[in-house]
Amino acid sequence: MSKSIQALKQFFLNPVIDKEYRLRMRTSRSMWTLLAYLIAMGLFAGVIFSIVGISSGRNAYDNEFSGIAFIVLSFAQLGLIAFMSPGLTAGVVSSEREKQTLNLLLTTQQSSFTIIVSKLLSSIGFILLIVFASLPLYGIVFLYGGISPDQLLSVFAFFIFNMFVFGSFGILFSTLFKRTMMAVIVTYGVVLFMFAGTGIIYLLFFSGYTNYIHSGNASQNLDFSWILHFLAINPAFAMFSLFDTGDWHLSLANVNNSSGAKGYFDYVPFWLEYVLFYTIMLVLALVAAIRKLRPVKRRKG
Amino acid sequence: MSEYMIEINGLKKNFGTFHALKGIDFSIKKGTVFGFVGPNGAGKSTTMSILATLMLPSEGTAKVDGMDVTEQPHEVRKKIGYMPDFFGVYDQLKTDEYLHFYGGSYGIPRKEREQLIPQLLELVNLSDKRDAYVDSLSRGMKQRLCLARCLVHDPELLILDEPASGLDPRARIEMREILKELKSMGKTIIISSHILPELAEMVDEIGVIEHGEMVAVGNINHIQQQLMAKRQLSIKTSSRQDELKLFLNDQPHVQGVFIDGQTLEVQFSGQDVEQAALLKAILLAGFEVISYQEAQTDLEDIFLAITRGGGAEQ
Repeated sequence: MSKSIQALKQFFLNPVIDKEYRLRMRTSRSMWTLLAYLIAMGLFAGVIFSIVGISSGRNAYDNEFSGIAFIVLSFAQLGLIAFMSPGLTAGVVSSEREKQTLNLLLTTQQSSFTIIVSKLLSSIGFILLIVFASLPLYGIVFLYGGISPDQLLSVFAFFIFNMFVFGSFGILFSTLFKRTMMAVIVTYGVVLFMFAGTGIIYLLFFSGYTNYIHSGNASQNLDFSWILHFLAINPAFAMFSLFDTGDWHLSLANVNNSSGAKGYFDYVPFWLEYVLFYTIMLVLALVAAIRKLRPVKRRKG
Repeated sequence: MSEYMIEINGLKKNFGTFHALKGIDFSIKKGTVFGFVGPNGAGKSTTMSILATLMLPSEGTAKVDGMDVTEQPHEVRKKIGYMPDFFGVYDQLKTDEYLHFYGGSYGIPRKEREQLIPQLLELVNLSDKRDAYVDSLSRGMKQRLCLARCLVHDPELLILDEPASGLDPRARIEMREILKELKSMGKTIIISSHILPELAEMVDEIGVIEHGEMVAVGNINHIQQQLMAKRQLSIKTSSRQDELKLFLNDQPHVQGVFIDGQTLEVQFSGQDVEQAALLKAILLAGFEVISYQEAQTDLEDIFLAITRGGGAEQ
């Protein structure tokens, strides 16, 4: 046990992580990024509090209001994480290649695994710093009650998971593409697909099925709930499923559940399928990045 | 244990239809300083990248201390210190931190690094820059720092690709002195350079590569003897240059004579004995000779004699 703790400690204190943190924290850009993030989140929180407060016509905020504010704030946070993660991770390998430092690093004893995972962890460490710096904003929500610490923890765990997902895609493309710009663009493309692409595909299937049903050629009870899988791998819908455990998702697939029978998504909520699916994607992305980092591989025979 | 530090056999590297290396072979014994010369695009950097485990060969084998670079890259990396022709530095790190990073990356414990780094900085004359940001160093200092980085894990083989490129004369001299010291420490060094006279001073052997093929490998003097079968004699006389030219044309082993002011340049195929006999004949014929000498051939002459110019071809 102590050996594995020692190995873990050694890994987290490895020179690549140490160097990455030093380089990242010594640039003024990091400070400006943190400031810009907090200003954006602060303004957003201010606007939400004002709009919801005014539209509800109440002079005092209540539990319902703080619940809505928490959800909106969390979506904003997810959006900002999705916006920042590719920018912070998609250049970690390609920029070393552009600065001509990568070859020097690759001739050291550091394994490809250590280099890739260290770079991912250091990038995520910075995003974590930013997200945790925004925690006091959530404190405002707590002032009015209605949100349990469990909910907050689950949302933050979801944020951290997404940092790893977006980050692993960023690292993969940073390894595959020689130019940072290309890696950043492709990573943003993938993240955009996760948010918008999966939603559009779902809508296309949904409208196709409903048209088919309305044309009279199909049963009114045609089950096409499988299209919900597209929403389950959508970060926004997956996060929403953390807030609401009801059967709201059934209406998204025109499922008439008058019988009360349990379906797949009653057992496997969106967020769980999301975590399972993207854990596989994350591992595949990291394995591919590790394999692609060094050109020389052991040859068979 | 192999007596060779580097063994390259039938090494080929293709980039699509472009053949950067066309099956080169050479070996370098331990402790040898090997000058790797050739025109731009001849395949020097490609060969060095393969040796540094940064590139996979298309065919053939490259071994470092008996270990195949494609089969045991991790072990090979322990043996080598690689300095590429173009390299960057981490600008936000201090010189000391820079070496600590690479020392740590080679698995050297921090305590050992604390003792090692001052010694390395002293070797490359950067002791006074220990706390300076790498960004603030001059080009020459960065080159020397990179050399210190190569040495941080005490490698047996140094692969130095154009280590003096872009340096001013003073920085080149400093670099040369450091390399001489490394040579005296018994390191095996493979070094490429365009500045051939610099190499000539320190190399034991050379390899000339052109169009992805080795055109000459071995001891400089042997190659010189092979390539320079014709000697060039310079004979300076006070007068009667035209008469001397006619006289020389009738002498054995003289291949051609050209007049350049008071000096006659003679292409001569004889050896030392015949060369002495020729001088005797000239003096007996009554010509007044001011000087009589064999023109020295250097690495540049060898390089020009061997290479036809231009880099690799499709």
